[in-house]
Amino acid sequence: MDLLLHQVLAGLATGGIYACLALAIVMIYQAIDHLNFAQGEMATFSTFIAWQLIQWGVPYWVAFFAAIGVSFVAGVALERVLFRPIHDAPVLSHVVIFIALFAILNSLAGFLWDYNVKSFPTPFGSRSLFGGGLMSAHDGGMIGVTIFMLILLYLFFRHTRIGLAMRAAAANPESARLTGIRVGWMIALGWGMAAAIGAVAGMLIAPVVFLEPNMMSSILLYGFAGAVVGGLTSPGGAVLGGFAVGVIENLAGTFIPYVGRELKLTIALFIIVAVLTVKPSGIFGRTVVSRV
Amino acid sequence: MAEMLLETDQLCAFYGVTQVLFGLDLGVAAGGVTTLLGANGAGKTTTLRAVSGMVRTTGDIRFEGQSICGRATEDIVRLRIAHVPQGRGTFVRQTVEENLQIGAMIRHDRAGISRDIDRAYAYFPRLKECRLQQAGTLSGGEQQMLAVARALMLRPKLILLDEPSFGLAPLIVQELFAILRTLNRDEKVSMLVVEQNASLALDLADNAYLIETGELVMRGAARDLRNDENIRRAYLGY
Repeated sequence: MDLLLHQVLAGLATGGIYACLALAIVMIYQAIDHLNFAQGEMATFSTFIAWQLIQWGVPYWVAFFAAIGVSFVAGVALERVLFRPIHDAPVLSHVVIFIALFAILNSLAGFLWDYNVKSFPTPFGSRSLFGGGLMSAHDGGMIGVTIFMLILLYLFFRHTRIGLAMRAAAANPESARLTGIRVGWMIALGWGMAAAIGAVAGMLIAPVVFLEPNMMSSILLYGFAGAVVGGLTSPGGAVLGGFAVGVIENLAGTFIPYVGRELKLTIALFIIVAVLTVKPSGIFGRTVVSRV
Repeated sequence: MAEMLLETDQLCAFYGVTQVLFGLDLGVAAGGVTTLLGANGAGKTTTLRAVSGMVRTTGDIRFEGQSICGRATEDIVRLRIAHVPQGRGTFVRQTVEENLQIGAMIRHDRAGISRDIDRAYAYFPRLKECRLQQAGTLSGGEQQMLAVARALMLRPKLILLDEPSFGLAPLIVQELFAILRTLNRDEKVSMLVVEQNASLALDLADNAYLIETGELVMRGAARDLRNDENIRRAYLGY
């Protein structure tokens, strides 16, 4: 029982990482109806910006918020420059650009900051919570920040007019334009917010996995798994899904023989396939009810 | 003739390279209701989409004497031209009340908006009963009422209505058109109505145009068109 509890706790700690990234993935999916494969690399790039600022002697929190701000603007710019022109193009065109963006950001980060592993500071400290070293103060802080972002997003989308305008633009672009909503800018805003959330995710993940251009490569898959489990249409579901994936991964590694470290990544893929088979809209995803 | 709110001058419209409208001269009088009749594929919907800037056009469209040709849809809406599109344009995942809020998105007078939501509920009491329901769960008739109510939230000077009777039960259609008549009379909202149901449209309208394959074939007072032998046979069916 003790072992189970400890493994759940440790799973929640890693789950926090996935939840963070899953939240960013869902944000862009909501805005443009596509999965952004470059999400992880965007987050890594943002984290490098923060790292560079810190190297230049900028205090942590200033660098933290500066990186968020830069990422937001860059996200908006990406949409305006790269994705605006191919807005009506088929899905494959989007996929190609996502992959290109992935490759470009990855090598640009490597070119600018090389491939050596760098440590990234944590604002929460690294002492252990609850004893036993299963969850550090940083893990706790990460979970807290993720949940805080989720609440902010919820309030933004449910209780502000611009949040409603964004939801309308995503749900029915043509009808939204007929009410005067500037749909193009709403999508760009979605990109900016997703990039900003990704930046937060990157900066919280980096102290755990260490900063290097490929730091997101395996995490992104778990992030996708989390988003799919919870439902790509539900930010709250994505966060819960992220935690669930972390816990499942950890428990499977501990209690199912042969899984161990080597097969952990397989679990993420297994979860994605299983959920898509049984409930394609995810556990908390909304199936649209409509009557004609 | 009364003062014109909306006028088109040699309006042509294109989907890609295909021309759909061939030099239409239409007009909607201030405070009036104009209907656009014609068979399927005549270009009725395209005419409305041309006014809203959703298709490529040549010629001129003037609203309150000002050319609106080539303006973005979002800017045309800001002139208080509401467009109730074919298929109703419901935001199915949002609640009924959120749909109304979306209709008022370009306005910033909070008090006025909440007054207008109450006004919309007064016109359409059934919407009030399901105000917190997902709009996608509404019946077709209720969704059409919601579409009109959403258009009203703009405080429009002109409403473009695309086939408001489409797919609705006769009783619901009666109710809807009675409300449209009231809106025109009491709120002085001008309307340009596209309809397949010519009899219904001619009852509501004071002016009518008949188009065939993108060209104007007849214009006149609604009551004159109603009595026209050819119209009666082709569109009214008696």
